[in-house]
Amino acid sequence: MNEPFDTKSSENQYKLRGEPTVPLDDRELFTATSVERRKQVTEKIAWFVCLFATLVLIVPMMAILTYLLVQAWPALSFSFLVENPHNYMTAGGIWAPLVGTFWLVWISLLIAAPVGVLAGVYLNEYARDNWCTRIINLAVVNLAGVPSIIHALFGVGAFVMFAGMGRSLLAASCTLAVMTLPVIITSTREALAAVPRAFREACWNLGASRWQTIRTIVLPNSISGILTGVILQVSRAAGETAPILFTGAVFFSTLPEHGIQAFFPYGLGDRCMALSMHLFTLSTQVRGVTPALQYGTAVVLIGLVLSVNSLSIGLRVYLRSRKKW
Amino acid sequence: MNDRPTTNRRATKRGRSRLHAILQVVLDRTEPAVEWLIQLCGWSAILLVFGIFFFVFREALPMLSGKLNLTEFFTSLEWRPTAEPVPHYGILALLVGTISVTGLAMLMAVPLGLGAAVYISEFSSGRMREILKVLIELLAAIPSVVWGFIGYMVLGPIIIRLTGAPVGVNLLNGSIILALMSVPIIVSVGEDALKAVPDSYREAALSLGASRWEIVYRVLFPAAKNGLLAAVLLGVGRAIGETMAVLMATGHAIQIPHSLVDPIRTLTATIAAELGEAVQGEPHYRVLFVIGLVVFVLTFIVNLTADLVVKGIRNERAV
Repeated sequence: MNEPFDTKSSENQYKLRGEPTVPLDDRELFTATSVERRKQVTEKIAWFVCLFATLVLIVPMMAILTYLLVQAWPALSFSFLVENPHNYMTAGGIWAPLVGTFWLVWISLLIAAPVGVLAGVYLNEYARDNWCTRIINLAVVNLAGVPSIIHALFGVGAFVMFAGMGRSLLAASCTLAVMTLPVIITSTREALAAVPRAFREACWNLGASRWQTIRTIVLPNSISGILTGVILQVSRAAGETAPILFTGAVFFSTLPEHGIQAFFPYGLGDRCMALSMHLFTLSTQVRGVTPALQYGTAVVLIGLVLSVNSLSIGLRVYLRSRKKW
Repeated sequence: MNDRPTTNRRATKRGRSRLHAILQVVLDRTEPAVEWLIQLCGWSAILLVFGIFFFVFREALPMLSGKLNLTEFFTSLEWRPTAEPVPHYGILALLVGTISVTGLAMLMAVPLGLGAAVYISEFSSGRMREILKVLIELLAAIPSVVWGFIGYMVLGPIIIRLTGAPVGVNLLNGSIILALMSVPIIVSVGEDALKAVPDSYREAALSLGASRWEIVYRVLFPAAKNGLLAAVLLGVGRAIGETMAVLMATGHAIQIPHSLVDPIRTLTATIAAELGEAVQGEPHYRVLFVIGLVVFVLTFIVNLTADLVVKGIRNERAV
């Protein structure tokens, strides 16, 4: 090794091609040049920066969730779940809001799921590729992007005032249903699109009509994918506050805590409490609430939403693992 | 002994299959009606988008037709909807509030979101990637009222301690919360955009001796720039329309912010805070619907642009 080996200088290039005066042993062949070294350093830095960005998102979230749980721990108990709030909401539990949220979500699901699934079927099975379909797609995308407060205004204008429902459970559920519809449409469509075309063709060859094919082949093969989307809708509807704030959620109402009445307390025309709005009320509107109670409500809401969400993710992973085609 | 259950089962099975057959016939006969219903549902999205615009517009109309001075509406800092005898409806401060909180949030969310998208899509693999994606999805699942609560109860005191600001709920607080809320959509859409770049591009770059970062920077970013732009726009759209979190975390002061720790108020928060108090049919109530219309149009433009940008890529690919 008489002189340093440098790929940049033309002299060395020449020598490399002709008679090598420098003995090229293995060590030198595999030594990184300065260009390569710089490349490696940049690569390391880029990797680190990207990792840092990811961790900045995930670590604080974990820390905050843990903090919420720690703060809420004194309040969390079974009686916290099944007691009504009392003493002007400064004591007691969250039974009334919990039941309210349950009914809001179920009724909105009953409205949104059939419409959403059928719309998905239309878009994937019937619609031809023309301008009209393109407009529907555009509408679905934009409906998904409409802010929740605009849904609230729409709910007030359309359901509460125009349809004459008043501020009620039904009006709030309808508003939630409109809000979650695009999620169901999109996921249904994706689930249907995942069914291979050959399945449909085989069925058509047997003389089945379009609707028969959809009913007996396409839907059974995609039902689990559709369910994933519907479950996702449940978690979204359970957490929303703005759309129900002015359409049917009420500040405070007590429910019977025992007996069958505790589970079916509302008529469609009644107003109800909701967990998300209860958290808003507790943390900004009412004075003298113990922090444990606020954190407890937040943790129950997060727990509810995340467990429903994990169910959906779990279902998706399970499905992907046993997909046959 | 052994026969009885079997026959029973057969009997019920036959009964059920007869029921099933009847059901199938009924379903077949109703095919035209069902197809009509399916088509109607397919059109529901269009109906709803127009319906939303129509009903918000309908409530706002009496104000828009003459009663509201639009120049004052967009250029005045005075928002005194309940002042006597002359109420002032100027949304400039609210508009500036929305824009500043969204802008600041994007300043944080875009680098973090794109960095995370690159990490998940290009630098991690296998199980690690799945775990990260699930965690980001969970971040997206946390409801906005909980984010507001976190801003109000957790982040507020931290900001007071670190900056010495008089109130913890302010522009900085709101934009950190908004950034965390809009990051998941940036990550997932951005990651999809990166994934949509054909592998042959990566292989070609690899064969030329490019490192991973060089592939990302020189090949993937130019190839996926439309998708990444769409990701950012969707994040902006989400941040503009966000209500509960900014209502709880930005501090409710109608003013143009002069520093990071000034409390502000946004368009959406104003609607949420005042719609409950406004008397139905009164000018104040209708003005809130006019604000709603402004927010709707703003987000509609942002989302439409994002959609067109995405369409742009698809057409390029198709050629």
